[in-house]
Amino acid sequence: MGSVYRARDLHFPNVVKLVAVKEMVNTAPDPLVRQTIVQNFEREANLLATLNHPAIPRIYDYFSEDERSYLVLEYIHGKDLEAVISETNGFLAEEQVLTWAIQLCDVLAFLHNHKPDPIIFRDMKPSNVMIDYNGDVKLIDFGIAKTFQAGQKGTMIGTEGYSPPEQYRGEATPLADIYALGATLHHALTRRDPRMEPPFSFNERPIRKINPAVSLELEAVVNAALQYNPEDRFSSAEDMKEALMAAARKTGLLAKVTSHLVGPVNNVKPLWAFACEDEIRSTPLYYQNTVFVGCYDNNLYAINAGDGKFLWKYPTDGGIVSKPVAFEDTLYFGSEDRRLHAVGVRSGKVVWTYYANGPIRSSPRIAEGHLFFGSDDQYLHAVNLNNGRAAWKFETSEAIRSTPFIAHEMVYVGNEGGDFLAIDFRGELKWRFQAKRAITSSPTIFGPMVLFTSLDANLYALDHRNGWVIWRFRLGKGSISSPCAVDDLVFVGAADGYIYAVDTKTAKEVWRFRTEHQVSSSPVIYKDALYCGSVDGNLYCLEYRTGRLRWKFASEGQIIGSPLVFDDIVYVGSTDHKVYALLA
Amino acid sequence: MIEFFRNLFRKPRSAVDMATTAPLTEQQIQSILHSQAVRYDVQQLVAGTGQSVGKQRELNEDSLLAITSTLAGNSGSLPFGLYIVADGMGGHQYGEVASNAAVRVVAGYVMKKFSPYLFSLNPVQPEESLQEIMQAAVREAQKTIQHEAPSSGTTLTAALVLGQQVTIAHVGDSRAYHIHPDGRAEVVTRDHSLVKRLEELGHISAEQAANYPHRNVLYRALGQGDILEPDIFTIAFPQAGYLMLCSDGLWGVLSDQDIVRIIKEAPSLPRACQSLVEAANSAGGPDNISVVLVQLIG
Repeated sequence: MGSVYRARDLHFPNVVKLVAVKEMVNTAPDPLVRQTIVQNFEREANLLATLNHPAIPRIYDYFSEDERSYLVLEYIHGKDLEAVISETNGFLAEEQVLTWAIQLCDVLAFLHNHKPDPIIFRDMKPSNVMIDYNGDVKLIDFGIAKTFQAGQKGTMIGTEGYSPPEQYRGEATPLADIYALGATLHHALTRRDPRMEPPFSFNERPIRKINPAVSLELEAVVNAALQYNPEDRFSSAEDMKEALMAAARKTGLLAKVTSHLVGPVNNVKPLWAFACEDEIRSTPLYYQNTVFVGCYDNNLYAINAGDGKFLWKYPTDGGIVSKPVAFEDTLYFGSEDRRLHAVGVRSGKVVWTYYANGPIRSSPRIAEGHLFFGSDDQYLHAVNLNNGRAAWKFETSEAIRSTPFIAHEMVYVGNEGGDFLAIDFRGELKWRFQAKRAITSSPTIFGPMVLFTSLDANLYALDHRNGWVIWRFRLGKGSISSPCAVDDLVFVGAADGYIYAVDTKTAKEVWRFRTEHQVSSSPVIYKDALYCGSVDGNLYCLEYRTGRLRWKFASEGQIIGSPLVFDDIVYVGSTDHKVYALLA
Repeated sequence: MIEFFRNLFRKPRSAVDMATTAPLTEQQIQSILHSQAVRYDVQQLVAGTGQSVGKQRELNEDSLLAITSTLAGNSGSLPFGLYIVADGMGGHQYGEVASNAAVRVVAGYVMKKFSPYLFSLNPVQPEESLQEIMQAAVREAQKTIQHEAPSSGTTLTAALVLGQQVTIAHVGDSRAYHIHPDGRAEVVTRDHSLVKRLEELGHISAEQAANYPHRNVLYRALGQGDILEPDIFTIAFPQAGYLMLCSDGLWGVLSDQDIVRIIKEAPSLPRACQSLVEAANSAGGPDNISVVLVQLIG
């Protein structure tokens, strides 16, 4: 438990001489433990006093007072590497990391060649590396002096995540510092903090997979330093430096030649495209070899799924943003003309219509012979499938644009006031949850959880039985995208332009993929791929396990609705007025 | 379906006529038994605990806690329980202080968060998610231990049961198990021990692991390190089985089969815990022993 103060040395009253004062507060109640801590402190002071190297801070003084001990050190103008990593947007430049790596090898070589005994730093990690204003490294914190006691639980030296396997067994050799330097470089190049991961798991996070801009050569050097067996690593810091220099020469990195990211080629051609007369913001439906899609030109279109030929259209008096559903021979969809339309699948002729008191933007769902959908009139409607008569209406306090999800004989739906409701089949409220802002996203049930997002920038996982928040995941911005879950992962887009993959058990981010604009579209999983649109106009196909881009297709407008995948074909609408069919 | 049952009750004779005369399959019998089983309106948690210093240690550095509550009424019933096992590390390093602090601080934090829900007239759910509450509770405990007993550390396995979900916060090598009715003992936590990690990496076999000289070295412990990343996750309460939390003084000594057998033979959960502790002591009792068993009824 220590703090470091920036202090002024008053021995020099006429100039401002800054020093760093490192304070150790000794709160241990046991006098023996207290004494050991003081001894460790003095040990660090004495060790530092004997070292003279540009990358090691000079020591001016040390003293103890009551339960506090102080070390007066050279003040370093700069930041520690951990702060540098976290404050950098994106990745640090490879040549920058390489320069620091070479300097760190220099200082480690100096310590390891110390006479009479080599000094093992034992705690190489980004927070112990200062980067001064010249961009040079300084090694700080020589405070590790805990000795290893065999047979006692938890006697650890160093910092978990950065320390090599043998250090956990109490062996600290120069090769342990090499490993920790490798771990530090891995962290700097990938931004993945090894303290958040199981130990010795670097090979599960290959550098170039996370940061493809890193050269093969540098990755190979870092991997060699991170070998599990000490004898497989570089035999000395000098050797590692030599390898780094070779990598730098080979890639020309020291001449500041940056490598370029090679992106996948955008050569996806649609199987067919069908043009409507206005924007398409809704999600298509595939039913009986036909694609049905609603459009802002007020029409619901039926298109032959095989060749994209027009079959029929059905006019309403408002834009259609909801996704149709089909049951037997009838197609059901809502329109901004306040009506729910039931239309023959093949004929395109009206069967019945149902009037709500506001535009219908929520998509209908079918269960137990009824249609469930919300409306801007603030009601959740339950309508008999056969005759179009209301079974019941449930009043909420705001417009419902979210599409209900039906499971366990319950209807789950959100509204624009941020309410999330669980209503049983009799139209009675079972539980309610309040988010801070609108819930436009449509829920999905996954195991014991009901998942949805809100404009309050959270992805929520609620216990579907009682509405308790099991976890929530913070998104960069609000979201109206609806999550989809498979295996142990839930996927969702957000207005910050990212598509997220989150572990459903631990609520930890597994990957995120950046698009160039808001993601209002909802991801869809088909086989081993995820499909999702973005307001940047692209439809993205990603490997859903890793978030790696497979291909993208650029439409000429925004993709706001969600794609639909059926039989290896992706159907998606765009605000460029077209529906596209693409090979999945 | 409902219509079918109505007919069934109106004309019992027709039900007889429809009955299958061939011997019923096991599945049919189970489904009949299941449909006839008494339904309890109130779901409740039942728990037992056991602890012993063991045969070879002088000091008990384990701590445990079990809070079980049922609140039932017209507004429904929701079982709530908090169960914690903590195993302090090291001989002279104040392991008992660390484990005691871990148990009390975590429980104190969680109970404070739930008290407006449990004990006020208009129940208010905490704003944070269950996982966030557990995360914050562990962080509090970490701070307290670093202040009260610097350089000491402890394991922590805490299970918050709410309804049919269990949210677990876990650091170190104490364990949470699902004991299934078919006799499987499934470990739901992951040991943060060097030996387990080496086994996961395939550097040593399970047999080598059992005799590994540094079996007691942890890579993650409460009170140690500047950043602590506890494992926090939510799982369903084991259906028709038990949730068990224990320190390595139990799982390191008894086999899974022994544990399951003892639990099945015991007349009650507290007796089961006592028998588990006795069995671990009979097998040498090399370490402190702590065990908590929980069952969800209804």
